[in-house]
Amino acid sequence: MVRYIAGLVGVGFVAALLFALVGSISGLFNDPQPESAAATLYKHPKELELESNGFMGKIDVAAAQRGFQVYKEVCSNCHSLKHVTFRDLRKIGYTEAEVKKIAADWGTKQQVQDPKTGDRSERANVPADHFPAVYYPGQGNPPDLSLITKARHDGPAYVYSLLTGYAEQTPELLAKHPDAKTPDGLYYNPYFPNLNIAMPPPLAQDGQVTYADGTKSTVAQNAKDVAAFLVWTAEPELNERHGLGLAVLGFLLVATLLAYGAYQSIWRNVKH
Amino acid sequence: MSFPWAKHYEPKAPLMKWVDERLPLPRFVYNAVGAGYPVPRNLNYFWNFGVLAGVALMCQIVTGIVLAMHYAANGAIAFDSVEHIMRDVNFGWLIRYAHANGASMFLLVVYIHIGRGLYYGSYKAPREMIWLLGVVIFLLMMATAFMGYVLPWGQMSFWGAQVITGFFSAIPLVGEPIRVWLLGGYAPDDAALNRFFSLHYLLPFVTLGVIILHVWALHIPGSNNPTGVEVKGEQDTVPFHPYYTAKDGFGIGVFMLIYCAFIFFMPNALGHPDNYIPANPLSTPAHIVPEWYFLPFYAILKSFTFNFLWIDAKLWGVLAMFGSILLLFFLPWLDTSPVRSANYRPTYRIFLIVLLIDVLVLGYVGGAEPTARNVIIGQIASIYYFAHFLIILPIVAATERPRPLPNSITEAVLGKHGGGHASGAIAGSALPAE
Amino acid sequence: MASVDTPIAAGDGTGPHGAEGDYRRRDFLSIAAVAFGGIGVAGVLVPLVSQMAPSADVLADSTTELDLSAIAPGQAIKSTFRKQPLFVRNLTPEEIAEANKVPVSSLRDPETLAQRTKEGHSNWLVTLGVCTHLGCVPLGAGEGEVKGEYGGYFCPCHGSVYDTAARIRKGPAPKNLTVPPYKFSTPTTIVIG
Repeated sequence: MVRYIAGLVGVGFVAALLFALVGSISGLFNDPQPESAAATLYKHPKELELESNGFMGKIDVAAAQRGFQVYKEVCSNCHSLKHVTFRDLRKIGYTEAEVKKIAADWGTKQQVQDPKTGDRSERANVPADHFPAVYYPGQGNPPDLSLITKARHDGPAYVYSLLTGYAEQTPELLAKHPDAKTPDGLYYNPYFPNLNIAMPPPLAQDGQVTYADGTKSTVAQNAKDVAAFLVWTAEPELNERHGLGLAVLGFLLVATLLAYGAYQSIWRNVKH
Repeated sequence: MSFPWAKHYEPKAPLMKWVDERLPLPRFVYNAVGAGYPVPRNLNYFWNFGVLAGVALMCQIVTGIVLAMHYAANGAIAFDSVEHIMRDVNFGWLIRYAHANGASMFLLVVYIHIGRGLYYGSYKAPREMIWLLGVVIFLLMMATAFMGYVLPWGQMSFWGAQVITGFFSAIPLVGEPIRVWLLGGYAPDDAALNRFFSLHYLLPFVTLGVIILHVWALHIPGSNNPTGVEVKGEQDTVPFHPYYTAKDGFGIGVFMLIYCAFIFFMPNALGHPDNYIPANPLSTPAHIVPEWYFLPFYAILKSFTFNFLWIDAKLWGVLAMFGSILLLFFLPWLDTSPVRSANYRPTYRIFLIVLLIDVLVLGYVGGAEPTARNVIIGQIASIYYFAHFLIILPIVAATERPRPLPNSITEAVLGKHGGGHASGAIAGSALPAE
Repeated sequence: MASVDTPIAAGDGTGPHGAEGDYRRRDFLSIAAVAFGGIGVAGVLVPLVSQMAPSADVLADSTTELDLSAIAPGQAIKSTFRKQPLFVRNLTPEEIAEANKVPVSSLRDPETLAQRTKEGHSNWLVTLGVCTHLGCVPLGAGEGEVKGEYGGYFCPCHGSVYDTAARIRKGPAPKNLTVPPYKFSTPTTIVIG
């Protein structure tokens, strides 16, 4: 009884699927979807070698500090970093005094509202504060950068490729894909999934940022360093996670081998 | 519990005697997982996965309760509260990654556990009740996992909730009112988030209760074994402790190694980057995908692309997706072969291997871009899935020629070891004079 | 026992050390494996217990800056410091004299006013507004609030009475109101914490 009803239900689903399958196959031949411009022109991120890559990666403190400088002087004009606090900067090597100064000097102040009068005013940042919100009134929605390297596939490489990937649209390209023409107010960047991005090239030329540690400042270097910094903002626990992981896996390996030995010896004379 | 030769609990330590006389818990444990529970001696590693599922559930409960001490279930601050856990709470990153990857480990282990059941016929009489309770547990786990994924309130959390609750609107007439009732609103918002948090906390304990019934039901007939031949005598079994406690200990070690490899070195490999973007009801992600463990069912849902008869495509998809899980309830009555183990059912075995490949293909299609080619592959794979359970199984069960079964577990075990001097000492089920 | 298993006591020396060796190796491995498991469980407890301790944002140095210029002699204000009530009082010369008159040895929690204020600023009394008995917020800092018979603070919960130096004089509280760490950054501003 169960089998007959089940058979009927099965035949029903299979029939509906066959009907849909026939439709799909005929659609494939009669109405083929042309490859979209985004599909052909989009480029996967370039290779980026950071010290934080790989299973035993560590945050490169010097690169993170340079990257913070890039963020501070270039990106922070439009992009928030709301999940990071000023005191967190201690973890990439800044001293307490340096952190206090960075906080106090930070351009965007904290908003304060008097609970009695309702008056709004500003106060300088202290280390305990999160980086204050940045409001960008222009075109596009600059995303918060705290988690950007975890919020994009291949995050660090994506950030690096995007920042170094701005290109001109060649006449040949426009001839083949007229629908990919960059609208007004946007910029062509094949590393961006939709090809045309609202962000103007933030690193327009070499030497835009003068590094405190004297490293040669090129667009590629800036992009690499800010990627390293953003890996830290997204994963501040990286070093501890890898270190603890090595210890835990080592311990578990020994424990499992012992458990295996105990299991084997308990079953030694028992046929199974 | 059910075997006459099972050892009896005889407490030696005075403390244990005192407790056992007043509350027979020590005796209960002894009879359930101790030396007083006989288990077939020939179980392979596929029998480890039940205990591993229990361990995974315990990990999820412990890490979950701890996370709930810091999480805030309000749309405005939920995402921030998870970042607070990751950055400020002591070891918060460890507990959060353990909980997220623990869900994947739990479902991986349960899928292998179900696969064992399918291959060795563990769902057949007299173990149908264990199987039915198991499908109930699976449904509870899926509901728990879905609601848990909504809680961080990322893009995938929100849009996944939008899509899944959208299924209910496919039901004619009452669908939309049911959807609004479930959500407490017209789209996933604070009301939905709060109730999902409450239910996500509750369901694991309901699951725990059903697991107790599941193991209780198992202990009546005792475990199945790779031959599918029932236990005939004492020589077919070994006591659970120390034989299977030791084997399970080793299994747990391997499980922990894989689990910790994910937590410490690839904690986001099984997740989706979009869930690190705060939920935005006004911006749909390019590809909405559920977590990997839901992908096969998602593929089945998406395969129904045309209206057929009087039912529209969306409703077909929803019915098929739920149907693909609910048909598991009927498996003991669909597959009527008296032979349990696929080791002795060569025809059935081939179809099972095809089913495994089919489910993996469905999983791939579920997560891939919906190009014409992928849709067609998904449709073919979905056809096979339903055909396998609803058409092929009953036919194969009725028409196949199984291989001859061994007379007993002991015979199969000795046969494996080449018979030799011991085979003369065993006369079927006769016990030696000792 | 089941005869499918080679009897261990058969004496045919199944292992390199014979039957005895089997038991010893098996026991050692079992004990070692269980011991490692125990260490593992203990290790897992560390993050589970530690996560309940104050998180980094709670521990983060939070300093409260307070402008004293608006507080006239005889007045007090209520503020907060690390999420707890804070009383800042500008003592009048009479109140200072009254506090200094009290023999220190007679106090339940002996402290002079000088010990509870900063040098050169003995009129500024900065204390937490938390009664040291069971934690209520005492009265006396606000306009018109009951100050109790010693002219300082009065806790309505169980009747603790504090004097002009916020020292406990009567009632169940064991200690004087806590003076938090602070310093004068300018003659009219203090930084607490």
